[in-house]
Amino acid sequence: MGGQPAMSSGGIDLTNVTITYDRHPAVHHLSGRIEAGSLTAIAGPNGAGKSTLLKAIMGELKPAEGKIIKGFTASDIGYLPQAAEINRRFPISVLDTVMLGAWKRSGAFRAVGRQDMIKAGDALSAVGLEGFERRPVGSLSAGQFQRVLFARLLLQDAPLILLDEPFTAIDARTTRDLIDIVCRWHGEGRTVVAVLHDFDQVRAHFPQTLLIARELIAWGRTEEALSPANLLTARAMAERWDENAAICEPAA
Amino acid sequence: MSAYDLLIAPFQDYGFMRRALVACLCLALGAGPMGVFLMMRRMSLMGDALSHAVLPGAAIGYLIAGSLSLTAMGLGGLVAGLSVALLSGLVSRATVLQEDASFASFYLTSLALGVLIVSLRGSNIDLLHVLFGTILAIDNEALTLIGGITSITLVALAVIYRPLVAECFDPGFLRAVGGRGPLYHVAFLLLVVLNLVASFQALGTLMAVGLMMLPAAIAQLWARTLPGMLAVSAGTAFASGYIGLIASYHLELASGPTIIITASIFYGLSILVGPAGIARKYFPRPHLTG
Repeated sequence: MGGQPAMSSGGIDLTNVTITYDRHPAVHHLSGRIEAGSLTAIAGPNGAGKSTLLKAIMGELKPAEGKIIKGFTASDIGYLPQAAEINRRFPISVLDTVMLGAWKRSGAFRAVGRQDMIKAGDALSAVGLEGFERRPVGSLSAGQFQRVLFARLLLQDAPLILLDEPFTAIDARTTRDLIDIVCRWHGEGRTVVAVLHDFDQVRAHFPQTLLIARELIAWGRTEEALSPANLLTARAMAERWDENAAICEPAA
Repeated sequence: MSAYDLLIAPFQDYGFMRRALVACLCLALGAGPMGVFLMMRRMSLMGDALSHAVLPGAAIGYLIAGSLSLTAMGLGGLVAGLSVALLSGLVSRATVLQEDASFASFYLTSLALGVLIVSLRGSNIDLLHVLFGTILAIDNEALTLIGGITSITLVALAVIYRPLVAECFDPGFLRAVGGRGPLYHVAFLLLVVLNLVASFQALGTLMAVGLMMLPAAIAQLWARTLPGMLAVSAGTAFASGYIGLIASYHLELASGPTIIITASIFYGLSILVGPAGIARKYFPRPHLTG
């Protein structure tokens, strides 16, 4: 994709963020800053609030307390959710799916420009799916479909990219290809935040890590954040709610 | 009996047959594609629920106009159908009830209310007309209304096609890019209700969705792309209308149900021999090399 100039404007500031389901905190009093242009992994055990935090950054969930201030507008964000909400049986072609990524420029009614058509083709070859243009998405495997969604993200050309468990159920080779794309985004100066549960992947490819187990455990350079002591703390998190939890008083 | 007597003469001889045929064409062009989108949104039964929801409004229109006037009944039906659609949407957002559950509750209320209102003033004949339609009694006024609704539907579908497809396929993405999905959802529901009002006089409240859902199901068995499905759906809807009218004329059957039965026969055949049907499943073609 075309080399985007370094997008240094605005990171993401999280101030005392608490996000709740049914009043129980899924993310509890979390503060910190995602630097612009950084490549950050959100890691932690199951139920640690990783996806919840990502959704809050995305703007889909509202924090019960605290603030998330983004140096990005909504149209600057490319978001790859865990593929639950997509209707895979819908009769749409691979190319049309990728071209949805041009939405910021084409919108609901304008024509999709020739440039975006070419970019869509390039994006498909970048994820190794040349020749799949006319295939219906229903005929793709899970890994191929994930690559289509990556191609759509490529076309979106967003300065902030949020990925929720992007490599789940995907074979090693495809994962490597997709990680290459993520690294390239980082090289182009985009801010990338990915929710991951595979610590080895995080260590290998992500310079920054936010380790969370409902509370923030550690946030900083990956090797420090994922120290054995921190991982032990994260693992000790009780996964179930305390049904009789008291109201959390503001810290004095 | 020559082919001319069989296929063309009924329409040449009788104005009511011609109007019925034109009505079928309009309904097919509008309702057929709507059915495909309903099915793609997994709202097949929602269409049925909405068609019942139209009833009390139509009944009140009928009471006010004092006769089976499609304009009055259509307006009333439109208001009632839309209210139910929006109220169920609101209830499902405000409570734990899923949209289908709140739809079911609202349309049952509507249906009961509608039958009650009709039986308050009308005769049993009127009730029968409201429930099962009178496609052979369509006059020019009604035809204009149906044609107008079809025109609006086709233009609106063309305009909102892309966001509607995005909303059906990946609502999360549309939300993420700020695509105003709910707006198109409501516009879509409005179109569904409009088309139900159009088929209301022809097929009655109980079968108004017949030319919507049966052709849509048939289309899914034959076509693999969305435009293909839309075309197959509209085409089979019209074919059912035409063949149903001819059959009802020659065999002296009630026309509305005959049209729906014709569509059902198409549906049965498609299940058997369609590319996505049973025959292909048990007698597969040999596989390819790569």
